[in-house]
Amino acid sequence: MKILMILGKLSLGLLLIMTVSGVSSGEVSMPEIPKAKNNFSAEQSCVEPIDLMRREHGLLLKHYRHDTMRRGIRTSEYSLIACVNCHVTADESGNYPTVHHGSDHFCRSCHTYAAVNIDCFQCHTSKPQESFSSDMEPVQSD
Amino acid sequence: MKKVTFYVIEGKSFAFYGGIIVSVFFILLGLFAAYNMEHHGHIITGMNNQIVWGIPHVFAIFLILAASGVLNVASISSVFRKIFYNPLARLSALLAITLLIGGLSVLVLDLGRPDRLVVAMTSYNFKSIFAWNIILYNGFLLICVVYLWFMMQRSMQRYYPTAGLIAFTWRLILTTGTGSIFGFLVAKEAYQTAIMAPLFIALSLSLGLAIFLLVLLIDYWETHCSLGDGILTRPKKLLGVFIVGVFYFVLVYHLTHLYFTGRHGIEYFVLAGGGVYTVLFWAGYVFLGTILPLLLLYHDRFTNNRISIAVAALLTIVGGISLLYVIIIGGQAYPIDIFPGKEIIDYGAMHSSTMYSYTPSIWEIMLGVSGIAIASFLTVVAVRILPFIPRSLSDTDLDETFKH
Amino acid sequence: MNVSTQNRRDFLKKSAAITVAPGVLLYSVSPKAHHAEKPVTSETRWGMLIDTNKCVDNCTACLDACVEEHGLTEDVPVEIKPVWIRKVTVRDKQTGRETFLPLMCQHCENPPCVDVCPTGASFKRADGIVLVDRHTCIGCRYCMMACPYKARSFVHEALENQKPHSPRGKGTVESCNFCVYRIDHGMGPACIEACEAEGHEAMIYGDMNDPESEISKKLKEMSSSVLRPDLKLNPGIRYQGL
Repeated sequence: MKILMILGKLSLGLLLIMTVSGVSSGEVSMPEIPKAKNNFSAEQSCVEPIDLMRREHGLLLKHYRHDTMRRGIRTSEYSLIACVNCHVTADESGNYPTVHHGSDHFCRSCHTYAAVNIDCFQCHTSKPQESFSSDMEPVQSD
Repeated sequence: MKKVTFYVIEGKSFAFYGGIIVSVFFILLGLFAAYNMEHHGHIITGMNNQIVWGIPHVFAIFLILAASGVLNVASISSVFRKIFYNPLARLSALLAITLLIGGLSVLVLDLGRPDRLVVAMTSYNFKSIFAWNIILYNGFLLICVVYLWFMMQRSMQRYYPTAGLIAFTWRLILTTGTGSIFGFLVAKEAYQTAIMAPLFIALSLSLGLAIFLLVLLIDYWETHCSLGDGILTRPKKLLGVFIVGVFYFVLVYHLTHLYFTGRHGIEYFVLAGGGVYTVLFWAGYVFLGTILPLLLLYHDRFTNNRISIAVAALLTIVGGISLLYVIIIGGQAYPIDIFPGKEIIDYGAMHSSTMYSYTPSIWEIMLGVSGIAIASFLTVVAVRILPFIPRSLSDTDLDETFKH
Repeated sequence: MNVSTQNRRDFLKKSAAITVAPGVLLYSVSPKAHHAEKPVTSETRWGMLIDTNKCVDNCTACLDACVEEHGLTEDVPVEIKPVWIRKVTVRDKQTGRETFLPLMCQHCENPPCVDVCPTGASFKRADGIVLVDRHTCIGCRYCMMACPYKARSFVHEALENQKPHSPRGKGTVESCNFCVYRIDHGMGPACIEACEAEGHEAMIYGDMNDPESEISKKLKEMSSSVLRPDLKLNPGIRYQGL
């Protein structure tokens, strides 16, 4: 219900913007955002409360990318790899969606809807892959 | 001295519309090339992992040097108080602005990520001479605009000499910065020498003045206003001095390298065995760009002919571009010495070849030429909007005591 | 952040099912394992020691491992192909002695690429690893002009399906990153692992600031050299038998 409400608000806002800019709102359909694979915990579905994630995921990614890139802090919660691994889901035939325009990729579908550019996937992979993973459990020191 | 009056061109002539149409055409070609380079990546250019800066950089640096050099005409009038040059100061400052914008556009559009221009403008590494250059270029534009304003508004004219002095100092620092982009590189034998800065300053003076003379001649051939021989003679002689100045620095640069045993390789490469670079150095820079223009400017048979002044200016530009090509691209083509005393007989991925060749693709040439087109377009539009052009440049109008 | 440790553990156990890490066992064994939740410090300086006498002709194990590890698989002409590590054969001009060696980013203490980078995208981590922050790289290639080891490559075309741990993309510059994410989890670079697996053991890595580390002991014991010592860049990669 909460999701619907937020999306409702979002679309209202968008409608307003589009009316102002003279774009027909009929052309933009509501994105079908795929469901994530797991819940983060019993109480919480993502690493932070959903509404915070919706609003601030870009900021969180930017903040933690600095920590990871410059200072070598590699925690799993805010790593883009963990986001992609959990949120990007395969279709029935086991294929992952591309991140190009018009795709129902988790990030792309919403970003297209909100008309916000995403720069991440020019360099980062947009699909879950088997690999050396940065979301291994960190070494215990205590 | 009589009062000089300036005017706005009418903008109805064939030359005006022709100039606009041709430059817009080349600007569009350049933007198309930049779009393709952005869309496909630099794979469509001739640049590679060894020759990382190509023909767009030759054009960009040519324009940046010319921009700082062309301001010299205004500096002569306001810093060195040669009133004879006063009527030309406006055009000089205008060209400085437009040429710099042209050069910077090429530089920016060639970036791997031109969409991150904001990053380049907001995050600085102050140890980088490149970062300093970004500040110097932006500052230069600002200073030139203020300089022009003080020149053109009567109430501000008392600050005009101060502005001129600041602009002159700034342009010397700016060209030192441009030269140091190469001078500060330890990795490449062709660079890493302090002489790059004065060499670039000398080159900027000759290129700037050559462009100024060309613009002046084109303008007066098109508008048929009077243009005295006196006002041509002085910059003409000066151009010869600048050409000799550049040659002096090139000579010292090569003599130094010829003396150091460790640098014989690069000298042989440029002067004898470097193929296109050798040809460009001797035929392009030395013969076409130095000997021929000096002959045209000083030999009795040619010296009083306006065509020969125009040709000399054009040849100076050809020579300058050739020299920049040899410095920028030749300097990268010569392999770096990672293992002194040893020869690399196999370079893994490079299949025993350490020498790379570079052939510019049509996209890069389109992008480079568009820089010149941007400068021309802006200049033509500006002289249509504001009074930059003096109504008369006949010698007696400038200096009543003038005698041939 | 108000997430309890227990929750994170649950999450990690679940996500472990989708990410099969090849080196899970190795990472807790290393004595100098960096705690990945804490920032790296300058107490550590990572370095490599390459014994050129043990590097053999016709072996490309380290190169192949690097290509595999970082997904450097573009099918492009050799002049623009990204190369993070190359195998070089050099011959002494006077004596004619031939030597094979792997050549990559030398992870200098005073890296020229970092000095010249206008935006600060080229940087050196506190533990001595030289990296490109491709979030701020504008693709000007000045670092490639400045590198005396020709260690850097420019990505000349759009890429897809990059390795999750090794992001790389069109219009930015890249080079050997010392497999920094492996280092942060207490593992060694992929090239060294591959060299060991081949049985050549020509390369070792370790903390050059720790006098007890294998690399420090060996460097103290035997003579080694750096490339272009005249430039005084103090590279983190040292060679024996060159």
